[in-house]
Amino acid sequence: MSQIKTVFRLLTRATPRSLLLYYGILAVWLVTSAMHIPDGYLSPVTSIIMFIIVLPFWGIGVRKLREKMNSRNVPLIALVAAFSFIIMMFNVTLPGGTTAHAVGGALAAIILGPEIATMAISIALVIQAFFFGDGGILALGANCFNMAVVLPYVSFAIYQAISKNQPANSKRRIVGAALGGWTGLTVAAFFAGFEFGIQPLLFHTANGTPLYAPYPLSVSIPAMVLAHSLFASPVEALVTVLVVAYLQRTNQSALEFGKRPEISAELSGFAKWRAVWTGLAVMIVLVPLGLLAPGTAWGEWGAQELTSRGLAFVPQGMAKLSGLWSAPMSGYDLPALKNANIGYILSGIVGTIVIGIVVWLFTMLVTARKPDPSKSEPN
Amino acid sequence: MSTSFRSASHTSRSGFVERTLVDINHTLEQSLFAERIARGPGLLQELDPRLKILSALLILLAVGLSRSLLVILALYFLALVLAFFSKIPLAFFVKRVWLLIPFFTGVIALPALFITPGAVLVHLPLGLVITKTGLTTALFLLLRVGTSVSLAVLLVLTTPWNSVLKALSVLRLPAVIILILGMTYRYIHLLLHLTNDMFLSRKSRLLRRMNGPEQRRLIAATSGTLLNKSLQVSSEVYLAMQSRGFRNYPRTLDTFKMRTIDWLAGTLVAVTAAAAIWLGK
Repeated sequence: MSQIKTVFRLLTRATPRSLLLYYGILAVWLVTSAMHIPDGYLSPVTSIIMFIIVLPFWGIGVRKLREKMNSRNVPLIALVAAFSFIIMMFNVTLPGGTTAHAVGGALAAIILGPEIATMAISIALVIQAFFFGDGGILALGANCFNMAVVLPYVSFAIYQAISKNQPANSKRRIVGAALGGWTGLTVAAFFAGFEFGIQPLLFHTANGTPLYAPYPLSVSIPAMVLAHSLFASPVEALVTVLVVAYLQRTNQSALEFGKRPEISAELSGFAKWRAVWTGLAVMIVLVPLGLLAPGTAWGEWGAQELTSRGLAFVPQGMAKLSGLWSAPMSGYDLPALKNANIGYILSGIVGTIVIGIVVWLFTMLVTARKPDPSKSEPN
Repeated sequence: MSTSFRSASHTSRSGFVERTLVDINHTLEQSLFAERIARGPGLLQELDPRLKILSALLILLAVGLSRSLLVILALYFLALVLAFFSKIPLAFFVKRVWLLIPFFTGVIALPALFITPGAVLVHLPLGLVITKTGLTTALFLLLRVGTSVSLAVLLVLTTPWNSVLKALSVLRLPAVIILILGMTYRYIHLLLHLTNDMFLSRKSRLLRRMNGPEQRRLIAATSGTLLNKSLQVSSEVYLAMQSRGFRNYPRTLDTFKMRTIDWLAGTLVAVTAAAAIWLGK
């Protein structure tokens, strides 16, 4: 009884912000048992942008399905999607009596590779959204991005980094599965928190009433990441490890991912450019270092900086033009965030994604395939 | 919000096996119930599935875009009216949506009541205040989520799953994807029955609740077996498809036909959605 009183006093005396954080974590923990974002949390604009971001990943999957004469993949994806659906029902008891369940994204990526895993998990999510009302229909883009793209790709990268070229029964596979599952879901949670957190910044009424998810980035990201790294991510890791270990004992061929010709052929696109991707990833990780560097990039001074650097006058044309274009994220900062560092990192993330999409669209245009031959086939 | 959470609250004292069994049965029951209503008579059941999917998306968009609580509320009542004329038991329709929403969205919306800065509406003991903006925010979230879920439930309860799938082609979904969606749905049921059997057989041999390590072994064995089974069934299905002449690309029979009543309903929906978006601006 006295304990309850202490907690209560602690809560009521707490600053609004910590009270909020407490509730945020509690709430997210409840939602954690399924990271499915319902409709109403994200603005339609965000939902549409998320669809556009996921589209390339679906495109990769569908194109692979069509161009490799791989009808074997059709039932394979269906069955793995069904498997993922069932896995999401296994309530694993955690210390302390709470339960959480895995998404199965890491496992699907280990067995099928991330491209096919994206398809399988997306299919499971579509069925959940339409049929069981788990997760919104407009929010499908966001849900698929978090759980069907981020989760499998991140887990697979880590699993591969740790256990590449190891025999199927190697202990490193277990370690890779655990780290991959945990990190994959935690990163996915970060993105979900990010999607929630930008809502009150971008969408509110004239007097500041948030229209969708109400908490800012400073609350939503820590709440999502913390809650997931403690509850759902360990479960994802646990289920992945348990099944990988089980397969090591009973069906090692399922783990011989690279040796299955019909799937390994699809990996070649990524494998060929591995060095480039790795380099890009390292650069992205190093981006926050830019925060430490003082000054502006050499030669990219604005008109004001030019004068302060001793230039007597600013060329007239430049002075005129400098006001012409004002970028949506001017100076890599989102004024609404009131925190230049977060703004800087966010700009980096958004920029990388936008560039990635542009490059992908360009490659699709250049390497445009002839129309699907099966359509012209006589009936 | 997941089925797991809902049923877990009823059986919080039972073990992992029981909880998962309850979930599985709940899902099977739910899908049977939905098919029964969808195949029965009613207003929405009569309409073209393609029209229903597009309409649902349009109204969902209107709910999402609205900056007025009244407009969202009006759209919710529209859903209620449609449910009534589609012979969906109203108590069930309301309960299915609003019973689970407090558990997830409610808990998230609650702190926003007190935290969001703004004019004070109510003073509570312990120095807490409810602000006007906080109340509006919380209401926006609750109403939007509730109405959106209601619309999705309405669509599924009045359209057999096969028709939903076929109709998805209006969204320019590739036929392969629609084929896979259909197969997934079918094999979800197969795997659900398999899992049900595995857990039931285990439960019938249990004398006490399992401890942690035992549970984990059970999870490993069940999910591992399930995965092996899935991979095995998938290659059997592949062979079956081949032997029946599957040639890398599925063909579907498009048997839908838009009738006068469909065009009429479509126009009504378009006008309603446009009005809602305009009023909610």
